[in-house]
Formats: sequence, structure tokens, C-alpha cells
Amino acid sequence: MGNRRIEVIVGLFMIAGLAAILFLALQVSGLSPKSASDRYTLYANFNDAGGLAPRGRVSMAGVTIGTIESVTLNKETFQARVALAIESDVDNIPTDSAAVIRTSGLLGDQYVDISVGGDMESLKPGDTFYSTQSAMNLERLISNFASGR
Amino acid sequence: MDKIAALGRQGLAVIASFGRSGRFLFGVLSGVPRPITGFPLLVQQLYFVGVLSLAIVVVSGLFIGMVLALQGYTILSDFGSESAIGQMIALTLVRELGPVVTALLFAGRAGSALTAEIGLMKATEQLSSMEMMGVDPLRRVVAPRLWAGFIAMPVLAVIFTVVGIWGGMLVGVEWLGVFDGAYWGNMQSSVDFVDDVLNGLLKSVVFGFVCAWIAVYQGYDCIPTSAGISSATTKTVVYSSLAVLGLDFVLTAVMFGDF
Amino acid sequence: MDSSAYISFDNVVFSRSDRRILDGVSLQIPRGKVTAIMGPSGTGKTTLLRLIGGQLKPDSGTIMVAGQDVPHLKRKALYALREKMGMLFQTGALFTDLNVYENVAFPLREHTQLPEDMIRDIVLMKLEAVGLRGARDLMPAELSGGMTRRVALARSIALDPELIMYDEPFTGQDPIAMGVLIKLIRDLNSSMGLTSVLVSHDVPESLSICHYACIIADGKVIGEGTPEQLRDHPSERVQQFLGGQPDGPVPFHYPVADVAADFGVKGEWFSG
Repeated sequence: MGNRRIEVIVGLFMIAGLAAILFLALQVSGLSPKSASDRYTLYANFNDAGGLAPRGRVSMAGVTIGTIESVTLNKETFQARVALAIESDVDNIPTDSAAVIRTSGLLGDQYVDISVGGDMESLKPGDTFYSTQSAMNLERLISNFASGR
Repeated sequence: MDKIAALGRQGLAVIASFGRSGRFLFGVLSGVPRPITGFPLLVQQLYFVGVLSLAIVVVSGLFIGMVLALQGYTILSDFGSESAIGQMIALTLVRELGPVVTALLFAGRAGSALTAEIGLMKATEQLSSMEMMGVDPLRRVVAPRLWAGFIAMPVLAVIFTVVGIWGGMLVGVEWLGVFDGAYWGNMQSSVDFVDDVLNGLLKSVVFGFVCAWIAVYQGYDCIPTSAGISSATTKTVVYSSLAVLGLDFVLTAVMFGDF
Repeated sequence: MDSSAYISFDNVVFSRSDRRILDGVSLQIPRGKVTAIMGPSGTGKTTLLRLIGGQLKPDSGTIMVAGQDVPHLKRKALYALREKMGMLFQTGALFTDLNVYENVAFPLREHTQLPEDMIRDIVLMKLEAVGLRGARDLMPAELSGGMTRRVALARSIALDPELIMYDEPFTGQDPIAMGVLIKLIRDLNSSMGLTSVLVSHDVPESLSICHYACIIADGKVIGEGTPEQLRDHPSERVQQFLGGQPDGPVPFHYPVADVAADFGVKGEWFSG
């Protein structure tokens, strides 16, 4: 019957729409079934946060393990306070690890890289990185080089 | 003096038609939908409005994605960052081109057909005879078409976007040799589900509503002659396109603007 | 007011963009009879039917149908009243996307919860009544003009209405189709006891089937009565219309300025 056929086709059409949105969610925006609740927050204070922005990448040994949640100014120390949302299965970051701001390529986005330390204890949710390394400022490097210092 | 009077008259006519279309919309939406008879009608209209627009949407999406990849590659490779084309293609499609181009295609393909169909039903007294049978044409004829447009548009828009991203991958990765992992990885780190995908989807929901409303209203309000129907069809396409582009600016400013 | 009147108009005025179409029409349509409303084209006969159906509202005056004040009915009551009315449109107005069977079944499906086999029986019965049971699977585009009107007739009697209105049923029909329609209108009236209102400008056909007729011109009723009474009517205008004379009290010319003025002729010789 013609009606039945139309119903099936429309059903397929709607399924195609749902599949497309699922594709956009998983493959395009990289939304993983592990949602925000499966992450924990660590903090890092930088003298210069450079071009860090929320939703930026946090990586360890080149592998993405989280995102930047927020970048705010600490009014007492005049430092940038960066909140990092780390995936909860990465729960053994040694306490003496350093948060380093790096640039992908020469002009690419800046991201936070975590250089692993050697301590036996690991950071707990809400902890702050002890040692950090601020953004490499290309302009400053060049001027330092030119003035011979 | 006469010219000023003509301007005033035109202004009044525009305002009156806004008022009529608002009252019309109220009439359509206030009619209590009857699930038993209403649902098959909606399915049928989804077929005409949605499924039959699928071909043009898929083909356009594919080509727009491929063109974006080509253009993006040429520009980005100057900076040595051609791996960012995944990000560029995905963001343009998800935020802008997906909803907007789909809405424009929809207005041309489905909107004009809706207007012509309803206009012809009016011209051949089918709407009038329905009314005389005690069946409200707003509920029986107009409402399923309006809802179908409203539902079909976001579905078409996400399909357009996905096909476009895939088309971009065909050109960027398969042909121009961008690294596969960089294409998807850059995309994933820059596209946010809520900010980008859901906002784009919201845009297409708004466009779907506006386009379907304009189409059924123009059909219902047309002068029931062949000249009247053809001018109503033209108006549907023109008004829908203008409304989509104008609303897109407003929505973009609200969603993605930093203020 | 006549107690047997099914529809009564009392001093109804209706105008459309400054043009008065009905100017104080009063008339009674008796229950269970065939009433013909005749008049030259463009005198608001179809408007009259739309007023009865409540699709238009008069500027002033009252319209009572089956004891209900149509222009002041609430939307819901109006739609309920319309279920008791059938209307045959000039063009038939069949739904072009449905076949003949579905067209006739349409009002049943919309207004009743009947099971499918009962709908089938009713539809085939109504199609049988108009002689088109065999055409049930055709689409409206495949029907001739006469058949279209017969299907539309079957559709308008599907819900067994109390009142049926015919809008120009004879226009553009060949003699056989016309004969069929005349027979159907008469049979339906006598077998179902319907009140029928017939709007037409085909004088002999209308007079041959109606029990009662009235003639409208210039927004007013100029004559009414049984067909016999009308044939002996004293008014010249009634006689001009019934006889179909080209010129008379209803002028041949549409109201216009003097010929001389239009053609720019100074003398009097042209405007005789």
C-alpha cells in the first residue's frame, strides 16, 4: 500500500536526521559519552597565559587528556589562573608535574602541555600545579636575541 | 503629495498583511490537533516537504563541502596550516552554511510547492468546500504542512552539514592529502557541541518555522487566479530568502557575537 | 415569520469594497422544498449561499438557518451547523489529491468514528445514488465535468444533511448531463426530504424542478412565488429575465458616461 511505503520512507528520513546529529556530536564536535561529570578540575597559575582560551586543549605526551575550562585573573598575585578539566581516568598525575603553555606550530593555537614529574603522589581534584611555565612570547624572544642578551 | 499618500497606503498594507499572517498563524496553531487523523497527514507532508527535498540538499551539501575544502586549502597552505581545513569546513558548515543554504534551498524547492498547492486548492474552491463541510482547512490542510516544514528543516540541515563535511574530507584528505587524523582532530578540538552544533540546529529550527509559515500563508492569502498564484509563489521564495538572511544575521549576532 | 421556513433572510445588506451586492434582501426558504434563486450573473446569488453557510458575514440584517442566527454563531456551533449542510460548488471542488472513493469518504472520516467497512457501505451507496459506483477508483482529473458534479453531489450528501445548496449546477453542462442533474436534484429532494436551494440563471431548467422561486436583481428581490405565479408576474423586469430579452428595464449597457463624452464627439448625432 502506498501509505505504508511513505511511512517507511519518512521513518528512514527521520532516522537519517538522527544519525546525522549523532555524527555531528561524536565525530565532528568530539563529544564523548564521558561527559563533564567524568572530569576533574586542576588549576595552574601562569605569569602570562598568552593566547589560551576556554575549550583549548590540555595534553600529556601529545595526547589530549582534557580541555581548558576557564582563564581568569587572580587579583592578589596578578597571575592568570587557568582551570583545567582533566579526564577522570587520568588520575595519576604526579604532584611535581609542570603545566607548560606551548604552541602548535609557529603560529598555531596555544595549549597546555603537562610535563610529567617523578613524584609518587598524584594530584587530587582541585589541586594546583606547583610549577608552571608561561607562554613563549615570540616577540620577546626576538627582541632578546637582537639585543644580545 | 500623491507619492506620500501612496507610500502611506503601502505601509498600511504591509502592516495589515503582518496582522493577517499573525492571526492566520494563531488560527493554525490553536486548532486542536487530532492525533488519529492528524498523524498520517503529517507523515504524508513530511514525505513531500522533507524526503523529496533530500536529493537537492545532499547534492548541494556535497559540492559546497568540496568547494570549501579546495578554497580553504589554497588559502591555508600559504600559512602552512592546511591541516586546519577540517576545523574551517566544519565551523562554516555547522554554524552558517548548513542552516542558511538548506533554508534557501527549502524555500525554493518545498516552500514554493506548498504555496502553489494551497493557492490552487483555494482557486478551485477546495478550501471553501472543506469549510462548508464543517472541516477547518487551517487544521486539515495548513497545519500539517506547517508542522512538516518545521520538522523537516532541521533534519535537512544536519544532513546537509554532515554531507558537506564528508565532501570536504573527500577533497581535503583523499585528494589534496591532508592528514586524516589532523582533519578530524582539529575539527573535534574546535567544534563545541552546545555552542556550535546546537546553535546551528536552533537556527535551522527558526528558519524552518519562518519558511513554512511564509509558504502556507502566501498560499492561503493569495488571490485565487493563475496570476495570483504565480505572484504568491514568487513572494514565498523572495520573502523566505530575505527573512532567512536577515534572521541569520540577528541570530549569529546573538549566538556567536561577543558582547 | 412562516413557521415552515428553514432559512429566512430579513433585510440583509452585504457589500464588498464599497459595492453593495445585497441591498435589503428578505426572503423565506421553505423546509423540504426545492427553492430556486435566479437572477442575472453578478447579482450576488453565490454570495447568498455563502451567507447561509456563514462563510461571509452581512453588514446588517439577520439570517436564520434551522432556528440559529448564523452570523452570530460561535466558531464551534457554526462548524456543527455546517455538518447539516451540503453544498455543491460550481466547479465541484473535489480534492484533487484523493480519488473518487476517498473524496466521498472524506466527510465521514472527518466527522464520524465509523469503522472502515461501514464507511465503505455508505460511500458505495451514495455513489450508487448518483450512478457512479463504477468510478470509485478514478482520480478527479479523469472525470468529465458532469461526472465531477455528480461525485461532488455524492460527497455533499454523504452525511445525510438537512439542507443542500447547489451553486450554478447547470452551467457548462451538455444536455444529457443537465438532464441527469435535474433528475438527481428532484429525486434527492423527494426521497430524502432535503431542503434544497438552487442558485442558477438557467431559467427553464430551474423552473422545471423548483417548487418555489425568487428572482434577484440589483441586490433586491424583484419577484418571488411558485413557477406559475412568476410566469404571470406583473413586473417587467421579471418578464425580461424569464423571457431572456436583451434590453429592457435591466439595461443592456453597464452604467457609463455618455457615449459622446467617451468618444470625444461634440455633436448629438452619435448618442441617439
